[in-house]
Parts: sequence; structure tokens; C-alpha cells
Amino acid sequence: MVPGDLRYTKDHEWVRVDGDEVVVGITEFAAHQLGDVVFVELPAVGRSLSQHATFGVVESVKAVSDLFAPVAGEVVAANGALGGQPELVNTDPYGEGWMLRVKVADAGQLDGLLDAAAYEQLTAGG
Amino acid sequence: MTELPAAPQPSPLLDRHEALGAKIVDFAGWLMPIQYAGIIEEHRATRSAAGLFDLSHMGELIVEGPEAGAALAAALITDPPSLAVGRAQYSMICAADGGIIDDLIVYRLGDERFMVVANASNARAVSDALANRLDGFKAVLDDHSLATGLVAVQGPRSLDVLGPLADLDVGAIRYYGIAEGEVAGVPSMIARTGYTGEDGFEVFSDVARVHEVWDAMLDAGRPHGLVPVGLGARDTLRLEAGMPLYGNELDRSTNPYEAGLGRAVKLGKPGPFVGREALEKVARDGTARRLVGLILRERGIARHGYPVLAGGAPTGVVTSGTMSPTLNAAIAMAYVATGHAEPGTMLAVEIRGAPVAAEVVPLPFYKRPA
Repeated sequence: MVPGDLRYTKDHEWVRVDGDEVVVGITEFAAHQLGDVVFVELPAVGRSLSQHATFGVVESVKAVSDLFAPVAGEVVAANGALGGQPELVNTDPYGEGWMLRVKVADAGQLDGLLDAAAYEQLTAGG
Repeated sequence: MTELPAAPQPSPLLDRHEALGAKIVDFAGWLMPIQYAGIIEEHRATRSAAGLFDLSHMGELIVEGPEAGAALAAALITDPPSLAVGRAQYSMICAADGGIIDDLIVYRLGDERFMVVANASNARAVSDALANRLDGFKAVLDDHSLATGLVAVQGPRSLDVLGPLADLDVGAIRYYGIAEGEVAGVPSMIARTGYTGEDGFEVFSDVARVHEVWDAMLDAGRPHGLVPVGLGARDTLRLEAGMPLYGNELDRSTNPYEAGLGRAVKLGKPGPFVGREALEKVARDGTARRLVGLILRERGIARHGYPVLAGGAPTGVVTSGTMSPTLNAAIAMAYVATGHAEPGTMLAVEIRGAPVAAEVVPLPFYKRPA
């Protein structure tokens, strides 16, 4: 079950729209696939992201995975709690495990993201 | 002629792993569990209580005959004839140039009977090389890999788990010893060996009955805190224990001395053995690089293949690295230039283009409490 009020990418990021900003994280499916997350590297506040560009890295015990920006914009906040508690990505991926808050450069890009039903279909059988 | 890749061999316990909710991967041509509940949880359970491992993918090669010991002494870097019956040793099979074909455990099962346990990924290469090297000796090689199931229990509660299931006093089996007996009524060979840094046992039994051993150990172990453990935690456990993994720390271009395993090379044994001349030269001249332990002193995790820097210049490469669940620090093993191998030396690991401070530390990272 994926939250119905979020948008998604095929790279397994989620996006919560909040005015002209978005909150970004990775989905429960992605967190489960990765296994125990032990390290998260996020960009500095103020950095400008292009859509689909790598914005950071999430590492589990076994694997290193890139994080991709779902939309272009400027980083206005990064979740500092993940420095000391990267496991929040596993335990609460849609809540305390959030990663970035981004000021959206082009709201039109939001329309290109998947809705919950489409994302659920993408991960079905996975 | 092109050789089609063979379909992976399912572990004889695959149905058990699937029922336990394991994530299954193709590892060295075998379908094996990589994790059940999660690597960190499985790792911690093994350190604090016990873990149950399916190692049925390992290769078991029986070498038998009046000259079995002499043949193995000529084929391997160790001296198997010096083993008492019921004892085991860590060994390697090397190429003529001293490069490592595989690391092994050799068990002496009888006066004229030995078991060589090889890594799954190398079982075929070891079997082929041994068969060659046995030529001319009164000894025969019998590959029991597919006929043998292997289940290991590792951790401080191992004896509590296995003891009541066995028809012999397994507590009397010493470290690196092996004895025959029944486990849950299944005829087995029980060895006090492992790959986790903990006390524990490895139980070899007929592949047709290994599920009985697995089921009995899992049931008997649950009250002691035993959990099934996949290959993921097996890797973090062995890395904390400073134990090398073939393909990471060891390969054909590495010799035992570089890997810090020179003590295994028995140059004092009589007679020739494959690799002797090359290894004598290394023992005489020393090595240009050495395997070291690293602890990262800044944020980041070193991974296999990442460059190691000294004063900004390349000095080596990371062979294995992870976040240590026990130390809660990023640990790694790496080959570095011998001049940079002393504990206390500050180096850096290049992670995604940026240097991250790392200190050379003695191996192992973890030693079980006495």
C-alpha cells in the first residue's frame, strides 16, 4: 500500500506537494529492497537541482544507491536526523525518513510524476 | 563452441528459506538466502546468541588413499600429514606463481582420508587442480559437493543449541576439530569451525537429510535467540572478524603473504609443492603491499574497489567495506603500499571523488569476549 496523496517516480522517490515546495523521500518499496539503511548523503541547503540529476546517495549494509531529483528546484531543507539515524528511512519512509524539501522551479514537472495507482502498478510483483 | 550458463543450483534448503521469507539470490551459481529479517538484526543475533547458516553451496572434496596426505602436501601450501585424525587446518591452493586459487579448510577424517572444503565459486577449479595434482600419488579425489549439505550454527549459544541434538559430546570437540556423530538422528560430521569470529559448529550431512538438521536446529535454537542468517550478514560478520573473502581479499594475483596469511605457508615441510619457489622468494624479499584494516574517521562508507590515498596520492584499493553493526563505524580491508601499512597511519579512501579520512588499525576489528 502506498500513500494516495503522494506523487512518485519510477526511481522510487516520493514527492509531497506543499505549496510551492515539495518534500522528497524514497518509498517503502525502495527502502525494503535496499535493506538496512546505514548511511544517507544529502545536498547542502541552497543547492540547485536539475530534474533527474543525482542529488545524493543512500547506502544499505550491502549496496550503494543514487538518489535522483524528481523535479528541478532549490534545496531549502535536508533532513539532518538521517545523519545519526539513517534507519528512519526503513522505519518511517514517508514520515521521519524524509530527505529533502525543495522549492519547485517548474510546477509543470509535477504533472509528469506517477500517481499512487501507477506507482503501485510499477512495483506490483516486485 | 559457446558454453551456455548453467541454471543456478537451488540450495537443498531453498523451500525452507522461502517459507522463512528470505530474499534469494544467485550466489556463485547457487540459489541462496541473502537475508531474512535484515542483515543488521541477523548479525547482532549471531554476536549475542546464535545464527543458523545454510552453507550447502560450499564444495566438499574427499581425498583418500595411502598417499592422500602426501598428495595434499604437494598440492597445498600447508602440511596435511601433520594433522592428527579429527583435526583441521586453514589452507590454500596456489598456482606455480604463488597466486591463490582458493582458500580452504582441510579436515583429517582418517589415516588415509581427508576432506577439503572449498568456496562455492571455486569448487570446480579446486576440484580440477587437485585432480591434476593427485596424479602419480596413490590417492583418489571424490567430489561430494552436490551430495553434501552443510548447516552452521555460530554464536555464543551454539553449544546450547547443538549439544542436546547430538549423540556425542560436541563440547569436547576442540576449535578446528571434527567428529562423527548424529544430529537429530542424521549421521553427520560436526566440525568446530566457522567464518564469523564466534564459537560455533559446522554440520556436514547427506543432502537428502540436511533439512532434518536445519529444522531441528531452528526449533531447538529459537528459545536461545537463534535466527536464520543469510549471506549478507555472513559477509559483515567475517569482515568484522578480519577474515578474507575469496574474490575480495584473495585472488589469483594475490599471494598469501600480502594477505597477512604467510603463517599458513609451511615452507619447512619436506618436498616440493606447487608454488614453493615463488613463495620462498616472496618470504625472502617481502611484499610491496599488505592487507590492512581501516576505520573511517569521517562520514562515509568504503566499498570494494574504492581507491586508497596517502597524502593525496594513490597507495592502494579497498577490498571489502561496510558499516560495522558491532562497532557502529565504517570499516574496511584494503591493500596498501607496505610503507603505509602500520597501524596508526592516517590515509584516505576516495569516495565518489572526495577523500575521506581513514586510519590503519590492527585486524581483526572484532574479537569475541574470552
